[in-house]
Amino acid sequence: MELLYPDYKSTRLRAPRRERIQLPRVSTELTGPALWDSRVAPGDHDLTRQHDGEPLGERIIVHGRVLEAGGRPVPETLVEVWQCNAAGRYRHQGDQHPAPLDPNFTGLGRCITGADGSFAFVTVKPGAYPWGNHHNAWRPAHIHFSVFGRAFAQRLVTQMYFPGDPLFAQDPIFNSAGADAERLVAAFDLDRTEPEWALAYRWDVVLARTPFEHG
Amino acid sequence: MASPTPPQTVGPFFSIGLPWDDGPEVVARGSDGAIALRGTVCDGEGAPVPDAIVETWQEDPPPPARGFGRCPTDGDGRWQIVTRKPAAAGDEAPHVAVAVFARGLLDRVPTRIYFGDEEQANAADPLLSSLEPDRAATLIAAAEDGGYRFDIHLQGDRETVFFSF
Repeated sequence: MELLYPDYKSTRLRAPRRERIQLPRVSTELTGPALWDSRVAPGDHDLTRQHDGEPLGERIIVHGRVLEAGGRPVPETLVEVWQCNAAGRYRHQGDQHPAPLDPNFTGLGRCITGADGSFAFVTVKPGAYPWGNHHNAWRPAHIHFSVFGRAFAQRLVTQMYFPGDPLFAQDPIFNSAGADAERLVAAFDLDRTEPEWALAYRWDVVLARTPFEHG
Repeated sequence: MASPTPPQTVGPFFSIGLPWDDGPEVVARGSDGAIALRGTVCDGEGAPVPDAIVETWQEDPPPPARGFGRCPTDGDGRWQIVTRKPAAAGDEAPHVAVAVFARGLLDRVPTRIYFGDEEQANAADPLLSSLEPDRAATLIAAAEDGGYRFDIHLQGDRETVFFSF
């Protein structure tokens, strides 16, 4: 994938320019870290219950599966998420957006996928927020996802978006994915909503096949 | 059949979600055989990248180590991971797999750390020997006090060799 996307200004001095090298033999990268139990505590999947009170915002369930291209589920793998609060503010000293912090929201979640590759988080819908990339630039609401898979070669960090966001057209990060950008958009999932409690979105993460399966 | 989900940048605020207190210690600092891998992540103008995170993977540290390390860069672009030097595997010289993430990188960039004091093994390594010497040199960490120095140049004359799979 082309890493230089000039509309996203930070790529200009950071995207490698030289051709990437195909390893003559992929070896070390065919395996990857596993045995994640010690990294996840009970309740880490619920971002609304990490403080004394409940965070403000629209409570949502975000669920899906981690799969490999071809459809094979990836069980027992770590999924990490981070996000801003419902007002569009990250709990990070570098975030200067003048929107309120929420004392009841950190914005960090972790879980390990089930036997069928499934994951589920409970959180609040993140807000949109401005950033300095271009005049009047706003990031569409999104949740950052980090996924490991079976092999270090499959390592993926990406962002999940919400359907119908009017900010997509002006967001260079979303549009850097080109025709595949729609793959980053979750589907509203009425079946997984919980009446009187939470709306739900479904989003599957599909990892590249491990290199030894190519061809 | 679904194509892979596209990657997206980690952005500037990944420190909410990715670092672990013990992430930089694949093995305990000061334990038998522990070495430090350290360096600076630089952009195309040679400026340090203070919002990158370096992850490493190797198979062979015995339990309870798990072979995986992660360390965000500090305000000066520096990172350090404490691990053990891996063994050679077949005709491949000892190496550690690396993934670098940063604001402004749309995807993680994979590379490898080889070791400067393994000249014989490096000379026979199928990857290093396939590269021009000045390119291969970007993958070789220099031995220094207590460890090895591996600077990562995302761009520019000394751009590190990055891989596709």
